[in-house]
Amino acid sequence: MLARNVLRTARASRFSTAPGRFASSLVFLEQKGGKLNDQALTAVTAAKAVGGDIAGIVIGSSADVAKAVEEAKGIEGLSKIYSSASDAYANNVAENVAPLLAKVIPDKLISHLFGAHTAAAKNIFPRLAGLLEVSQISDITAVKGEDTFQRPIYAGNAILTLKSSDKDKYKIITVRGTAFDKAKKEGGSAAVEEVAATDASSPTKFVSEEIVVSSRPDLASAAKVVSGGRALKSQENFEKVLDPLADALGAAVGASRAAVDAGYADNSLQVGQTGKVVAPELYIAIGISGAIQHLAGMKDSKLIVAINKDADAPIFQVADVGLVADLFDAVPELVKELGGK
Amino acid sequence: MFATRPARANILVPVKRAIDYAVKIRIAKDGKGVDTNVKYSMNPFDEIAMEEAVRMKEKDKDHKITAITVGPAKAIDTLRTALAMGADNAIHVQVGDNDIVEPLAVAQIIKKIAERDGNDLIIAGKQAIDDDTGATGGMLAGLLNWPQAQFASKLEVSKDGAVKVIREIDGGLETLETKLPLVVTTDLRLNEPRYPSLPNIMKAKKKKSEAIKPADLGVDITPRLETISVENPPERQGGGKVESVQELVAKLKEAGVI
Repeated sequence: MLARNVLRTARASRFSTAPGRFASSLVFLEQKGGKLNDQALTAVTAAKAVGGDIAGIVIGSSADVAKAVEEAKGIEGLSKIYSSASDAYANNVAENVAPLLAKVIPDKLISHLFGAHTAAAKNIFPRLAGLLEVSQISDITAVKGEDTFQRPIYAGNAILTLKSSDKDKYKIITVRGTAFDKAKKEGGSAAVEEVAATDASSPTKFVSEEIVVSSRPDLASAAKVVSGGRALKSQENFEKVLDPLADALGAAVGASRAAVDAGYADNSLQVGQTGKVVAPELYIAIGISGAIQHLAGMKDSKLIVAINKDADAPIFQVADVGLVADLFDAVPELVKELGGK
Repeated sequence: MFATRPARANILVPVKRAIDYAVKIRIAKDGKGVDTNVKYSMNPFDEIAMEEAVRMKEKDKDHKITAITVGPAKAIDTLRTALAMGADNAIHVQVGDNDIVEPLAVAQIIKKIAERDGNDLIIAGKQAIDDDTGATGGMLAGLLNWPQAQFASKLEVSKDGAVKVIREIDGGLETLETKLPLVVTTDLRLNEPRYPSLPNIMKAKKKKSEAIKPADLGVDITPRLETISVENPPERQGGGKVESVQELVAKLKEAGVI
């Protein structure tokens, strides 16, 4: 409290936020191989909605940090980029990264930490919240005030508005990417400040990763998504039926949990409460019944199209355009109509 | 030091009583929560955690499994399910029917128990399907300053306490090596939980369950986050059906998406 009061006195005149209130936000600018994760730009937008001063932080191995900082400097709305490099920070190992954030946040008088609700933040942020003994506010969809936020609960079937109390000295927040626009990557000119790396003595070691390589757009940010469910019946069908349609539309491919569990699609393609949340311009659900866990991941899409044999499938209750048909006939026909192969 | 670690792992599995995943929830009249007069069951990710612990024990009988829940009187049912799945004993941290216990308080409670009972492996679900916060396991690892293996889809614990884990990350999978003591959180594909058999349900009734209050552990469960409101999400109206692929294409053109 003392630190924040001092800060308020020192800087209150510089900002035009509501009188008597002050926020100083830090945005976790997730990077991989020196490239920023675009989702972090949505966390910048959420931080802007809180108001006050906003800094970013880039953490990783030396080579990656050098590259990512160059990219981060240009982000509009950031006054400063903190950077910290250590081999222990490569691959976002939470045991090493969380203590660094736990040091930076009090040292730099940060009140709010924002990050996109990605696998990396979902791993690092709770550990950090534990280290700082504060709550975590996960997957927010709206900022209603400096300490008031909205987030979906019960698989998106209810919207909770919550107010954080003074007991939580630091607000640790992850942001639902599809609910906020991305901040611009140009126009900013943030100063860069290096932060000394913290001790990393955890026994946890990164061994390897296996990333599904695809020529298609990234599922989480694609403008169009074609998703398949259990009705595709096999992995071979999944690819044979969905790939030409995805190619014809320039869409990403998604899947229901049933399709992933049956081994038709890789689990990184899963859309839903426990997978990715998407909100594209166009979402085509093919052979997906529309369980609430799946709807949680796609019902904010602008236009939902459903192709399903079962006229009573729940997916038709949310679909803007529904076609009751056998997908094995309808999808190839659709591809043909779209001028694909 | 790890060479001398006993093969026996003292496993703690936190389980939560949550509204059943198949229930279509309704907003409560006061607009501060949801209608709770519905079917409850064990949070699905916790079933997976329980199953993983039981599978470890099936491979090595020396492991000990304790199920723990923080919840109202009715949460005893969730513990009974855990015992019937194969937990050796259970701890019920009792709170009032209307108490909201936030992830931080739950993590603080479990930390105290783990320290008291000398647990060295905690297997928790990656998130509860009611509040969808997904923070308790990570907070617990932070509070205890133990390593963590979140969103695990494969877990191998060796006799010497070395751990290999495959995790689900954005875009694919990641392999980590770490050591006990450890907090693991489960992802869907870690395993397929069993149904408790009738004989096991009967046997579970004889197993020990300890009742304790948060205050006994010195943990303050007063919420730090105030619920302002709980509302229905904006409703989507189905737009009706079309008869043919041609009509579908016409609708897509009309909407300007192709």
